[in-house]
Amino acid sequence: MADIKKLEGMIDSTPIMKDYADIESAKLPEYQIDSKIPEGPIDQKWTNYKAHQKLVNPANKRKLDIIVVGTGLAGASAASTLAELGFNVWNFCIQDSPRRAHSIAAQGGINAAKDYQNDGDSVYRLFYDTVKGGDFRSREANVYRLAEVSNNIIDQCVQQGVPFAREYGGLLANRSFGGAQVSRTFYAKGQTGQQLLLGAYSSLNRQIEKGQVRSFNRREMLDVVMIDGRARGIIVRNLVNGKLERYAAHAVVLATGGYGRTFFLSTNAMGCNGSAAIQAFKKGAYLSNLAFTQIHPTCIPVHGEDQSKLTLMSESLRNDGRIWVPKKKEDAEAIRAGLKKPTDIPDQDRDFYLERRYPAFGNLCPRDIASRAAKERCDAGYGVGTGNAVYLDFKYAIQRLGEDAVRDRYGNLFDMYQMISDDNPYETPMMIFPASHYTMGGIWVDYELQTSIKGLFAIGECNFSDHGANRLGASALMQGLADGYFVLPYTMQNYLSDQIAVPHFTTDTPEFDEAEKAVRRRIEKLMAIKGTKSPDEIHKRLGHVMWNLVGMGRTLQSLVKALDELEDVKKEFYTDLRIVGSADDLNTELEKALRLEDFLVMAKMMAIDALHRNESCGAHFREEYQTPDGEAARDDEHYMYVSCWKYTGENEKPILLKEPLKYEAIKVQTRNYKS
Amino acid sequence: METTISVNLKIWRQRGPKEKGQFVNYHLDNVSTGSSFLEMLDMLNQQLVEKGEEPVVFDSDCREGICGMCSLYINGHPHGPVQGITTCQLHMRKFSDGDTITIEPWRSAAFPVIRDLMVDRNAFDKIQQAGGYVSFNCGGAPDANATPISKEIADVAMDSATCIGCGACVAACKNGSAMLFVSAKVSQFALLPQGKVEAARRARAMVRRMDELGFGNCTNTGACAAECPKNVPLSNIARLNREFLKAKFKD
Amino acid sequence: MWLISSSVGRKLIMAITGACLVLFVTFHALMNGVAIFSPEGYNAVCAFLGANWYALLASAGLGALFIIHILYALWLTVQNRKARGNDRYCVVSKPPQVEWASQNMLVLGIVVVAFLVLHMIQFWAKMQLAEILGNHEPDPQNGMYFINIAFSQWFTPVVYIIGFVALWFHMTHGFWSMFQSAGWDNDTWLPRLKCISSWWTSIVVFLFIAEAVVFTVNAHNGNYDNCPVVNPGAAPCEAVICEGAGCTDGPCNGHCANAGEIVEVFN
Repeated sequence: MADIKKLEGMIDSTPIMKDYADIESAKLPEYQIDSKIPEGPIDQKWTNYKAHQKLVNPANKRKLDIIVVGTGLAGASAASTLAELGFNVWNFCIQDSPRRAHSIAAQGGINAAKDYQNDGDSVYRLFYDTVKGGDFRSREANVYRLAEVSNNIIDQCVQQGVPFAREYGGLLANRSFGGAQVSRTFYAKGQTGQQLLLGAYSSLNRQIEKGQVRSFNRREMLDVVMIDGRARGIIVRNLVNGKLERYAAHAVVLATGGYGRTFFLSTNAMGCNGSAAIQAFKKGAYLSNLAFTQIHPTCIPVHGEDQSKLTLMSESLRNDGRIWVPKKKEDAEAIRAGLKKPTDIPDQDRDFYLERRYPAFGNLCPRDIASRAAKERCDAGYGVGTGNAVYLDFKYAIQRLGEDAVRDRYGNLFDMYQMISDDNPYETPMMIFPASHYTMGGIWVDYELQTSIKGLFAIGECNFSDHGANRLGASALMQGLADGYFVLPYTMQNYLSDQIAVPHFTTDTPEFDEAEKAVRRRIEKLMAIKGTKSPDEIHKRLGHVMWNLVGMGRTLQSLVKALDELEDVKKEFYTDLRIVGSADDLNTELEKALRLEDFLVMAKMMAIDALHRNESCGAHFREEYQTPDGEAARDDEHYMYVSCWKYTGENEKPILLKEPLKYEAIKVQTRNYKS
Repeated sequence: METTISVNLKIWRQRGPKEKGQFVNYHLDNVSTGSSFLEMLDMLNQQLVEKGEEPVVFDSDCREGICGMCSLYINGHPHGPVQGITTCQLHMRKFSDGDTITIEPWRSAAFPVIRDLMVDRNAFDKIQQAGGYVSFNCGGAPDANATPISKEIADVAMDSATCIGCGACVAACKNGSAMLFVSAKVSQFALLPQGKVEAARRARAMVRRMDELGFGNCTNTGACAAECPKNVPLSNIARLNREFLKAKFKD
Repeated sequence: MWLISSSVGRKLIMAITGACLVLFVTFHALMNGVAIFSPEGYNAVCAFLGANWYALLASAGLGALFIIHILYALWLTVQNRKARGNDRYCVVSKPPQVEWASQNMLVLGIVVVAFLVLHMIQFWAKMQLAEILGNHEPDPQNGMYFINIAFSQWFTPVVYIIGFVALWFHMTHGFWSMFQSAGWDNDTWLPRLKCISSWWTSIVVFLFIAEAVVFTVNAHNGNYDNCPVVNPGAAPCEAVICEGAGCTDGPCNGHCANAGEIVEVFN
């Protein structure tokens, strides 16, 4: 391990990267990446692709089986749409019902370039905002396609019976979100994700009833089964009885969400995990841009050691709330000591730091910027609460609109806040602090959403494709549904068209035997440790390392230190883990341990990815790389690429591959939310 | 201000659906009143694991009151004594030092216990599969603004659609009836023009499936709506009755 | 048949039979009111509802309604208990919004039925049934006579009032509940129906109780014994002018309050 003292003052990690990864091989011809972006101008690419792709005729579709892992927006929409087309779909989720996937917790809304508000929106502008919001680290063609199909998503959802908010005239209402200057966000109260997911779930149910989708609940995927270099099935653990089950198909789709719980505390659900991605990684799929993890600025601050998760307050609050900390340090100290209340601070002594630093976007600047600005103030000693919190104040909105109007817009969010914090946000400002929320990085996929493994696809949050280094609000729902409803059902056929001659698979093959044995060995190994620490204890320790050293602000030193400490955590895991209960039974501790084992791999890859990227961009902020006024300093000359990590073995160094990013339809520029 | 309290827990433990369960008493100290109820159970489980005992099994996922995964019948109320929230949103500040808290699983024939406090709510999925959707294929939808829908109707539909499918209504009902759950979905679609087209078919199919799965008959006690963490109103049940009767009289 | 096989259909049956029974009970309360003010009028009603074809038809219908209502109630209860599962909750706590009555409809119904049994023995068996069987002694159409006999016994008012209280609870829930089951309800009307339900039921039950009290007082004071309408052997009534408030003791026997009023007094 590197000696951290020796690294003092060093900001470029390249000389030490060889200790952690192989970043040189990226130049080799066999490691060049083909992202299969279609020819033509940006607004013709998707049209051209669809016009020329290979399709599967209806009679042949029923000969083909597809496994979809996950039932969130991406998984449910893909499973139902593929089934509507006539494929046989096998759908899996770890919860007790497909409806519980964590997409359900998305609050704010979904973007679409409908321009119903006549405020100058267009497909191009949505595309532009998304690429810019992503700090020019996303694949241009994918993002344009996303913007193009965004409108179809709204049509689809309305037809499904999603009760979007409406104006008195009966037409759909919109609101604005961070990173945009138009109102293009469609919403259903503060429960947009829930309503969209229930919409997808309803379509899925229709196909389950028809027998076109077979639905398996409380099943966790533990391995991808490869036959002749293609993904042909999965091994799952039945979480109710602990039995391992095998499923075979012509293609496997992963829609398993992000890896935000690597930080332990996050806004993700308790069951969210990165295991499917890690299993795919170990089978040869590349992991990309893992350093790009979004820290959401408006979460309820941590209250104590027993906390199990963090709760997000919708970004829509930033439409009307003003964020501030005390201007004077002594005020902040008095508040922290409980001697002063926020309402005691007069307006002239309040520092509305977002409005001060970013006059053009103010409180609506993108998430990464808002999060970092909050951390900057707190680190400088102006934080309130426990010191790690800032105020989000609705006093001004109440003065301007009246309490009833504010209640109408945000009532349920205010209630939620009061329930958790015991404070009344109508009377005293809310306290917020950034928390891990979304992961832009994930499994690398090409334009067809196929991973580097043939027959293995990845959609939704678990792939890396559309958000670059930072995701704009209300874009995750858009991406998940775009992938599932309107992209994958087309692009998958291009792969499946030559599979029609392949008969239905049986699971009685040596490959399945071997895969199941490997999973069994893995479980036995963990059960045999018989140490003293529960998975949660070790996970909390992992979370501390990740949040403190690979969190919002990273330095070369912190990342090296993180990699060092991760080795310790890993050692503790493999020597001191304790799993009570039996492996062949319902065992929630075993489930946690298996997920944690994968989080450990993920954590290391995140740190390596963050270490190698000697620049700041989007959510990846290397403190060494900032402009004089504290903004992210991008290095387009050296890092305008997607990092793709290839697994080489348990204790081997991963290989870096690079997918260069070319921007043809958009001029690369410094992100500016100041003017 | 946050303090810590001690609580006595009386928790239902049951190995499997066919096995007999019983209450087991636990004592827990130093519970922060700022913790959520489920974090308190996490603490208990941590202690059990340290002693080498199997943790209490309960469902939870999003822990922000929207996924519907958490359940628990706490001191005689599904999702605990505070109305309008789920168990995961319940905080320990609602309890006092020395309280005895009785925690039971949802008890309903249609929701068999899997282990301890975890129950099988698959029946809800089956009801939805019977007709809880608008039958159309992806791609065929007209423009989203092609059909205006009055704000009032959209808002009422939203109030119905807000159901999280947690099963508290069934757990609260002395008849084990799923009417509030079914009626919320039927209402949402019956109100919106997109769903109206097959409203009759849907009401028939979903009620039939509900009955087949062994849920009880609604006797309008209103316990479901009173205990619903999302405050889904009782009027949905009247609407379901209306839709169903309309469909039957039309036949 | 969906009225039998579906839960909503079964509840509709409960609602329809319930609605009819509410109407019957209301009519019954009004009819009894006649007995307070005019024994002759009451007996005329009794004669009208004797063993005539229309009265018999209505009685048969009414009986059928009762039986269907009760059988469905039992059937629903059995199903509901089964749906609840084998393990019961250890701690049960009723949310404040839930009416106590709504959770105890079967018990309340049983109390009402128990009361009904006594009521039928005391009246229907001696009146319509007797008429059908051809028993004409005592006159089965003399309702007042049977009122006098029944309410002379100490237990009658006790049982009746218990029955009426149970009926109040049963009907306050059942009244709005039948609209709900039939689908005639929404957020606006639910509170209104509950309000109407309480008023309607309270008026009906108040009438019943008031009637029972008046009958008991009269029966125990022997007021009916001398009245020729009630007791054909007694001497005819004669009209006197009331002497004013306070003359309820003595010859006026509770039938007058204001001076100058013409009252019937029994000799």
